Amino acid sequence: MKETNISRRSVLKGTAALGMASTAPMFFVRNAYADGYLNDPGDASSVTLGFNVPQTGAYADEGADELRAYQLAVSHLNGEGDGGMMNTMQPLSLKGNGILGKKVEYVTGDTQTKSDAARASAKRMIEKDGAVMITGGSSSGVAIAVQGLCQEAGVIFMAGLTHSNDTTGKDKRRNGFRHFFNGYMSGAALGPVLEKAYGTERNAYHLTADYTWGWTQEASIKASTENIGWNTQTTVKTPVGAGDFSQYITPVLNSGADTLILNHYGKDMINSLTQAVQFGLRDKSVNGKDFVIIVPLYSRLMAQGAGEAVQGIFGSTNWHWSLQDEGSKAFVKSFGAAYGFPPSQAAHTCYVQTLLYADACERAGTFMPCEVVNALEGHKFDGMGNGPTEYRAEDHQCFKDVLVVQGKENPSSQFDVLEVVEVTPRAQVEYAPDNEFFAGGDLGPCNNGAA
Amino acid sequence: MLPKKITDSELSIVLIFSAVVLTMPIWLAPIGAGYPDLLQKFAIFGLFAIGYNILFGMTGYLSFGHAAFLGVGSYAAVWSFKLLTMNVLPAVVFGVLFSGLFAFLIGYVSLRRSGIYFSILTLAFAQMSYNLAYSVLTPITNGETGLQLTNHDPRIIDTMLLDQAPEGLPSTVLFGVKMSGYPGFYFCALILILGFFIALRISRSPFGLVLKGIKSNQTRMKFTGFNTRPYMITAFVISGMYAGLAGSLMAVTDPLAGAERMQWTASGEVVLMTILGGVGTLIGPVLGAGLIKYFENIFSAFNDKALHELFAFLPDGLENFVVTVVSPFVGEGWHLTLGVLFMIIIIFLPGGIIQGMEKINNRFFKRSSSAKSGSNES
Repeated sequence: MKETNISRRSVLKGTAALGMASTAPMFFVRNAYADGYLNDPGDASSVTLGFNVPQTGAYADEGADELRAYQLAVSHLNGEGDGGMMNTMQPLSLKGNGILGKKVEYVTGDTQTKSDAARASAKRMIEKDGAVMITGGSSSGVAIAVQGLCQEAGVIFMAGLTHSNDTTGKDKRRNGFRHFFNGYMSGAALGPVLEKAYGTERNAYHLTADYTWGWTQEASIKASTENIGWNTQTTVKTPVGAGDFSQYITPVLNSGADTLILNHYGKDMINSLTQAVQFGLRDKSVNGKDFVIIVPLYSRLMAQGAGEAVQGIFGSTNWHWSLQDEGSKAFVKSFGAAYGFPPSQAAHTCYVQTLLYADACERAGTFMPCEVVNALEGHKFDGMGNGPTEYRAEDHQCFKDVLVVQGKENPSSQFDVLEVVEVTPRAQVEYAPDNEFFAGGDLGPCNNGAA
Repeated sequence: MLPKKITDSELSIVLIFSAVVLTMPIWLAPIGAGYPDLLQKFAIFGLFAIGYNILFGMTGYLSFGHAAFLGVGSYAAVWSFKLLTMNVLPAVVFGVLFSGLFAFLIGYVSLRRSGIYFSILTLAFAQMSYNLAYSVLTPITNGETGLQLTNHDPRIIDTMLLDQAPEGLPSTVLFGVKMSGYPGFYFCALILILGFFIALRISRSPFGLVLKGIKSNQTRMKFTGFNTRPYMITAFVISGMYAGLAGSLMAVTDPLAGAERMQWTASGEVVLMTILGGVGTLIGPVLGAGLIKYFENIFSAFNDKALHELFAFLPDGLENFVVTVVSPFVGEGWHLTLGVLFMIIIIFLPGGIIQGMEKINNRFFKRSSSAKSGSNES
């Protein structure tokens, strides 16, 4: 061991001094511009939005489609392309020159459908890239986690595909907004259609994805089917991403149930539905009734994945590309021109959310989160594919018509797999903000973030 | 057990390490990693890897279940925020305590076997914890949604000290200093330096020598009259506590705990970090942790647009060609790049990045390798 002249004491002092010195600037810098808000673009010529979608994992298909929609929305906001829904949106404050005259830039990130990874990715966008708004997510668990983060950090969160009641119920936040519909609305829309198609005496068996979305959808569908006289025989929770559902489907065969309700989404739904059909459930007859399967939350991407198994199966969806209103037609046209196939409901809701945010900034005249919140709360708009829609101020949930769809018996193309059976009017799916499925949450105050 | 005197060489190592860690915000900024969240991750996972190395590097026991301790630390910390106070110190203490306890239980059973059987046992326990967190323990863990703070949490100590609760969700604090952003990083960094110092002392203590003895030949150790089991359990618990500390720091910088932190991929990640950096070296695991977190956060965010900007200096045709070739390796393909890098390192540098550095050092600075290689303790 070589001896040196430096004493231990002086080294310790040195370490402490170094630590203090390198820490000190951070405390002072943080309060340098206290009056503004987090990531204020100021005089910059551009503004950055953060698109946080699953690029790997069980919801990767939805994530890829969401990203396409975001890129399309950015080009329309910047005045490129044919403008899409900016031609049909009512009222419209956007001018096709970016937002508030600033060119829209974006950064992307992979949520991996994991709360931790999603929050890390969103934090990077906020702290490093200076994003004023985060949007995306294709899982309610992730959406709720990122919504909480955006509230704490002080940026706006425009939820993508998230269907759990909790997103705008128990876990709602002032800085978070959801355009997509939810489990309760699915139940309310499906109830009457199921009654008409399958009668009032059914014995239902639920298989449910074991997380916030699955729980709340199961509760909503259960309440709505029991309302029309059905009996709920058993509810079974299944792990997310299980892959093989045979161990859960075999007991259904001998349970005496005549209806299987699959509260699954993404690849889980494709697997469980395909296996249920392979096990011959739909060819069975129980208590003198044909065995039926119901998938409360449908998407075209899933229906495509499940192939022939979806034929005749009922479900609900937020939007479908075959709708014939002006907004939907404009969106399908410009999405198709850019990518060569029709958009999914995930793409639609993400596109609409981006435009709604931009429009709200334009109306508020600033990107300041609290002003944007004011502009969005209670905002009524039309021409975005769902008819007249309102962002309710009490819970930041959009209220609009809900589509009940059925798997097509004779699809004319690989995209034409669902047909719209009924457009359930808004009044039928609306609920009070303190409804039992949504109680227990509090929006809290809005947060501009520490500038 | 520890030698009493701190030698000068130890001090200078710790000093250099502290200087490098504390100035990270400055020298990492040019490569796009100088923002608080990633810096926090560097410090936290560096700590996790240092602790893991005490078990894997020193004793050679390959644990595939260390993420379980990380998860336990996180849950304990978040519960401390929910029930007691938003101050981070109790959270860190509880995180370390509970994960240590948990590590003792798992270590007591798993260490009855060695080699591959030990690895499988730890993997099984970790997967069990993960699945329990997802299903039966949902009231404690909140399942896949993850454990989060709410407005209705009791926070006994905080409500006793304050007359009225503040509006909205509170932040984690260290006596008034918010633990998000840079202050959070410096808190983690100081703990990382402390953890590094302790690991350094352990590796040079008689206890550390026993562990290294177990690695080289456990049977011979037993023949010389050593009962190795208590030493093994102690090493296992210490490394479990490091993992719990890292887990609680994750909760400190971001008060949320999810079950996926306990998944086997998370356990595998720390093994990769350690091997990538250099097994058995003190600084190697920290480098490995930094590299993997950098890839995960920065490479995954490169999209085609960013690539086109990066290669804009090339002529158009060539630019498009280069972007097409490179794009599968960035963005969602970052795993691929990491895999290729991992293979290259394992094949050409079995000793990890540290070995690579030594090779460079020997080649360019012409030091006699025998004199130098031992002193970095590597």
